[in-house]
Amino acid sequence: MNTARAWEVLGTVPDPEVPVISVVELGIVREVMVDAEGAVEVVITPTYSGCPAMFEIEKDVRHALEAAGASTVTVRTVLSPAWTTDWIPASAREKLRAYGIAPPGPADRGGLVSLVRARPPVACPWCGSTQTTLQSEFGSTACKAIHVCGSCRQPFDEFKAI
Amino acid sequence: MGAQGHDAEDVGIAAGAAQAGDRPVAGPSRGPRLGPPLVEYLLRLGDDRLILGHRLSEWCGHGPILEEDIALANFALDLIGQAASLLRLAGAVEGAGRDEDALAYFRDGVQFRNSLLVEQPRGDFGDTIVRQFLFDAYSVLLWEALLGAPHEGLAAIAAKAIKEDRYHLRHSSEWVVRLGDGTAESQARVQGSLDRLWRYTGELFEADAIDQAVAAQGIAVDHRALKARWDQLVDEVLARATLVRPADGPMQRGGRTGRHTEHLGHLLATMQSVARAHPGARW
Repeated sequence: MNTARAWEVLGTVPDPEVPVISVVELGIVREVMVDAEGAVEVVITPTYSGCPAMFEIEKDVRHALEAAGASTVTVRTVLSPAWTTDWIPASAREKLRAYGIAPPGPADRGGLVSLVRARPPVACPWCGSTQTTLQSEFGSTACKAIHVCGSCRQPFDEFKAI
Repeated sequence: MGAQGHDAEDVGIAAGAAQAGDRPVAGPSRGPRLGPPLVEYLLRLGDDRLILGHRLSEWCGHGPILEEDIALANFALDLIGQAASLLRLAGAVEGAGRDEDALAYFRDGVQFRNSLLVEQPRGDFGDTIVRQFLFDAYSVLLWEALLGAPHEGLAAIAAKAIKEDRYHLRHSSEWVVRLGDGTAESQARVQGSLDRLWRYTGELFEADAIDQAVAAQGIAVDHRALKARWDQLVDEVLARATLVRPADGPMQRGGRTGRHTEHLGHLLATMQSVARAHPGARW
């Protein structure tokens, strides 16, 4: 086990709630260290403070690395720097879209109250139309919102940009 | 709340932070003695979010519409997650072996440091939304002020939580406008919520000996500037919501030193019952 191999293994660990992308593509694996004896230390960061999937992710990471021959696996959680959807690469965004989840736009660093700001349109992952309506700012998981497409009439999830 | 395997070094206790300011501060006369300032300060931050998170969780399965049921549960999840980080840090700074679960489930009412605002009953949806908006506006501005705190652990929590709370503020402020500038019925009801809850807002901006002691350690929040920005933000939203800002009359206080309204005890009885019936239980 070396660092490159450890990253490769982690790239096969799916996110439990959005299984079409890996925990690496989601941007929550921040650092991987492997010592001479094959002991691996993985540093992860939560998407949201209360993300209930973190325990599952920690377990999946541990099992995958142990199965690949790591002698011991330590998983450490850090909060800083705070996770942002900007860390999700273009290739993973395309996977999200193909899966039916509109990928996140650029992270919002704007003002405090939205009353004076228009939201950028969210394109429907099924037909590409931007004639979509926000149905619910919160969805099935902490990281998603729900929209409905006015063109193809399909409801769809959007990965919230934070 | 669930430990996430943090070691002491992860919470970023700044070297040299222990100073004269770390000695316990006497509470008000006849009041309880308070612990070391930084621990007290972190408990105030953590307890606000734990108690408000629990109040919001009471809506789960009872929201007026499905979207809001999901929204309030998501708010609760974020706030309880933030509380877990803050209480974990408080426990680590205290150094007495208490983790976030010990602090959440095995303290009694007088040991809680949340503001009175967050422990008030959830009321109707309007009460919940108005309280949430008043708190979110305060919380976002407070995190902004704490982003640069010379305490690695606290600054990290601020940077994480501010993103979540900005999203909350957007949602709660839009609902205040929707209900205020809505029907005669919705307007009258949220104006009533605002009038009833206003007396609990003053406590959010009070600075006492704890604030002064942590300010001496570099965690300095200008409460007057914070209040001025909060006033501006709240005024802007209330104006759009066609609601009347209540006059700043006498404010209720006491939560920061453990003197609570009767509502906290009932909340804790529910929140802590499982942990106390089955101490150390795992599933």
